[in-house]
Amino acid sequence: MQDYQTQKPTVLEILDTHQAMPGNLLPILHGIQDTLGYIPPAAVVDIAKSLNLSQAEVHGVISFYHYFRETPPGDHTIRICRAESCQAMNGKALEAHAKQQLGIDFHETTADGIFSLEPVYCLGNCACSPSITIDDEVIGRVTTEKFDRLLATYKGAK
Amino acid sequence: MSANNEIDYGTPASSSANQVTLEIDGHKVTVNAGSSVMRAAAEAGISIPKLCATDSLDPFGSCRMCLVQVEGARGYPASCTTPVADGMKVCTQNDKLASIRRGIAELYISDHPLDCLTCAANGDCELQDTVGQVGLREVRYGFDGENHLDSEKDTSNPYFSFDPSKCIVCSRCVRACEEVQGTFALTIDGRGFDSKVSPGQNQPFMESECVSCGACVQACPTATLMEKSVIDSGVPEHSTITTCAYCGVGCSFKAEMKGEQLVRMVPDKNGQANHGHSCVKGRFAFGYATHKDRITTPMVRENIADPWREVSWEEAISFAANKLKGIQAKYGKDSIGGITSSRCTNEETYLVQKLIRAGFGNNNVDTCARVCHSPTGYGLKSTFGESSGTQTFDSVMQSDVIMVIGANPTDGHPVFGSMMKRRLRQGAKLIVVDPRSIDLVSNSPHVKADYHLKLRPGTNVAVVTALAHVIVTEGLADEKFALERCDVESFTKWKTFVALPQHSPEAVAELTGVPAETMRAAARLYATGGNGAIYYGLGVTEHSQGSTTVIGIANLAMATGNIGRDGVGVNPLRGQNNVQGSCDMGSFPHEFVGYRHVSDSQTRVQFESAWNVALSSEPGLRIPNMFAAAIDGSFKGLYVQGEDIAQSDPDITHVHHALRELECLVVQDIFLNETAKFAHVFLPGSSFLEKNGTFTNAERRISPVRKVMTPLGGKEDWEVTQDLSNALGYPMNYSHPSEIMDEIAALTPQFAGVSYEKIDEMGSIQWPCNEETPDGTPIMHAEQFVRGKGRFMLTEYVATEERTSSKYPLILTTGRILSQYNVGAQTRRTENVAWHEEDRLELHPHDAEVLGISDGDWCGVKSRSGETVLRALITDRMQPGVVYTTFHFPHSGANVITTDNSDWATNCPEYKVTAVHVAKVAQTSAWQQEYQDFSDNQLALLENRIAVNE
Repeated sequence: MQDYQTQKPTVLEILDTHQAMPGNLLPILHGIQDTLGYIPPAAVVDIAKSLNLSQAEVHGVISFYHYFRETPPGDHTIRICRAESCQAMNGKALEAHAKQQLGIDFHETTADGIFSLEPVYCLGNCACSPSITIDDEVIGRVTTEKFDRLLATYKGAK
Repeated sequence: MSANNEIDYGTPASSSANQVTLEIDGHKVTVNAGSSVMRAAAEAGISIPKLCATDSLDPFGSCRMCLVQVEGARGYPASCTTPVADGMKVCTQNDKLASIRRGIAELYISDHPLDCLTCAANGDCELQDTVGQVGLREVRYGFDGENHLDSEKDTSNPYFSFDPSKCIVCSRCVRACEEVQGTFALTIDGRGFDSKVSPGQNQPFMESECVSCGACVQACPTATLMEKSVIDSGVPEHSTITTCAYCGVGCSFKAEMKGEQLVRMVPDKNGQANHGHSCVKGRFAFGYATHKDRITTPMVRENIADPWREVSWEEAISFAANKLKGIQAKYGKDSIGGITSSRCTNEETYLVQKLIRAGFGNNNVDTCARVCHSPTGYGLKSTFGESSGTQTFDSVMQSDVIMVIGANPTDGHPVFGSMMKRRLRQGAKLIVVDPRSIDLVSNSPHVKADYHLKLRPGTNVAVVTALAHVIVTEGLADEKFALERCDVESFTKWKTFVALPQHSPEAVAELTGVPAETMRAAARLYATGGNGAIYYGLGVTEHSQGSTTVIGIANLAMATGNIGRDGVGVNPLRGQNNVQGSCDMGSFPHEFVGYRHVSDSQTRVQFESAWNVALSSEPGLRIPNMFAAAIDGSFKGLYVQGEDIAQSDPDITHVHHALRELECLVVQDIFLNETAKFAHVFLPGSSFLEKNGTFTNAERRISPVRKVMTPLGGKEDWEVTQDLSNALGYPMNYSHPSEIMDEIAALTPQFAGVSYEKIDEMGSIQWPCNEETPDGTPIMHAEQFVRGKGRFMLTEYVATEERTSSKYPLILTTGRILSQYNVGAQTRRTENVAWHEEDRLELHPHDAEVLGISDGDWCGVKSRSGETVLRALITDRMQPGVVYTTFHFPHSGANVITTDNSDWATNCPEYKVTAVHVAKVAQTSAWQQEYQDFSDNQLALLENRIAVNE
């Protein structure tokens, strides 16, 4: 894991730009995760201090939302939808396939550090179930074959 | 966990003046509007099962155990979150509700260890009670499913353990930490089945932001958060209400006992100062009372180089009496004196000063308030007419603007600090005047100072006068109040004085280090922001102009009309448990009980006739005068009860020198403290658990101290003073402290209506309590000032003689910390050392860099008085040029450095300003080495004492 001291200026800058915004904790957490890929636990001290909250309060919010993570993700994060529509369209099989292909469970990262796998509940893309996202891209009608092709593409891109 | 046999109403009382009548289970019930259905039921004696509700916390509605049916309403509302309404018809028990409640209990129990019989909370567990109440007979889900039973126990806190396997995630602990204590150190980590209580970022308690106040332990309905003393000893079998012996908040506690063993101290929710809250000291740090260092047999010796000799009480008392009489015969009546204690009870303090005035025949009595709040006495007496704070603690909940000057309530007066933070979270504005960034400034969640006047130590008067300048010149004064209630001539003179251009914020900005605009804004806020209340501490009094600042504060309150009602006032935060009381009880050399001068013949005649002895009309020696007289050879004998002047007083080498000169030093204490190392007679004292009496807190509240165990030394402190007096030939014959209080009441107008019967009946009483105010006086000066008209006094700033120079470029100021108390004689002998095991020198990163000092380095701190060595703590709480330390450990020698400068009016030492030189060093100072040798030698003399039967 990276030394927090090198990430601290980024965190402080994000805190600074959101200083005046009411209800700024979630935007700040998103900002940090978008920039660093995760929220370093050491950043909680700075976030709490800046927002006049306790560290416990900030931790409570981070741990409440599964989207936020406190460890670095792989190069690409795959999120598989587990909501009703996707489940009805074979989403479960896709989940099992993905786990097997990647050799990891949800909330884990492959040993080569390329992929992290996360569940998600509804991407609003139900008409094209089952859906996944890879990083910020939403992809519909994902069959196991299509999933393998996507993996190869992203691996190749690496 | 709530203490045994106490009704928990489930939700807080409503303060509404309107009443509502409803029907609960067929009974007509009338309660305050805004009450919950749960509370209304509890007030009518109807108990609704509950888990997540307790009356110290706002309702939460998470456990669903307290569901009820309301006629005409849909579903099953939670009674804790449902407010009462006129004509409402509530059913709390029927088959449907029983079935729902059993279903909920079943789910809880399916993930709970079934070890009730061996559980520490057995017999004191709300989960157990509730499950019993709902009649759960089976758990259909079995116990093999996913569960939390293997969760690891956190035993990091020395006083309580956290066992998540027993947790039902009701969030009472999390809410108590937020609502009651205001630290927000706990949260719920995760969600759903994974939810668990987490200190900080899922850390052990000791590594988190927890301050160990015990509110979470108090709130926990199960054995999840449990006092280790209860785990070790079992649930207590009886309890007695008494008053904490730590700070001036004077919290009421239940001492929960097993026979004569104190198992735990539980804050009393009926306590009028603390309302069920506590801090780490009062709640947990009582182990000192039975520490192995307690000395329980009297000891004497001819010379302080001799080993101690244990003797009987009779021998010790006659040894002391003979010595003291001998000294008086040889050196004159005025060659002896005594010091009363702010830790002892009113009755004990009264008796010591009576012994000195009547038995010694002089007025050589003083008290440790000399070194803390004597300027408060002088300043408030001169302006308002009474030497005390004006408010009750609860008054802060009506304040709109709170100004904290030279005080650190969250460390020094933590339970009141929590109340203040609660008010600040409700939106009151905050002004902090302090050289250091105390927690209230920006280090308390959801609390932030609107203005922090980070002044240079020693410039209080300039700042306070500048605030007055703004109020007067910008036309913000409450002229109507000042003209009606105050002495008009003094007001006019004062206005002219403060309006002078040299008192403007701009003129003093450089001197004080506070930007003029900040001073102007703070003054405007205080004068116009609604109810303005000032709270101050030793950062005001312990200066060469301590009394002047107190006067300046009183002027501000009078000029803005902030006096005489709820939410306003001038409030000194008293350091020790009974500082107010020891001052009230005539501990000062110039005053009888109730602040009446010894030269006032009318008062003196009254005392002479009551005490049957002629009394001196000459004020006696103050503590610093006693030391000076000891060194010049005219003062030879001293009786010190429960004070440690050899550690707490400034310029300690001078104090030690004086003590060595004494021919007879009698120390009465529970430990062989630093002063006792210079003593010839040691009389074992009794802890607050071992005697009856009363303490008076910072809001003038007289609260009962009750004996829960036999004195380890065999006598309560007042009995020892009485024996000494009898041996000296002045007869005293009290059989109980209540008789002493009756005598105090008979001789003191402010206490005329006080008696033990009344204290038992009311719980506590705020003086003045007399014919006009039989139930006491929460708010003073309501109709008129005690002195008639409030008096404005001029506050000319005079810089202290203690100045920085090229040789001593930094200013040292001193203070204290949450976990330790005063000289530390008590708290150093408890597990509180886990939080603070040494005094550190705090310095700003800039100074540290210039001096080449890193965090944790040893620093030599040298002043014009002496030199000591402390480890560095680098922090931006400090301002450049100012360093800070605490004085809880004797070998730190904080008072080796402090000087003998003192307040012009009262001789209160200038602890808060000492010019020092700081440098990195490799070893302890010469003073520390010398002190260590002396102390080791004295402890050896104690260790090798000649036993009583040899």
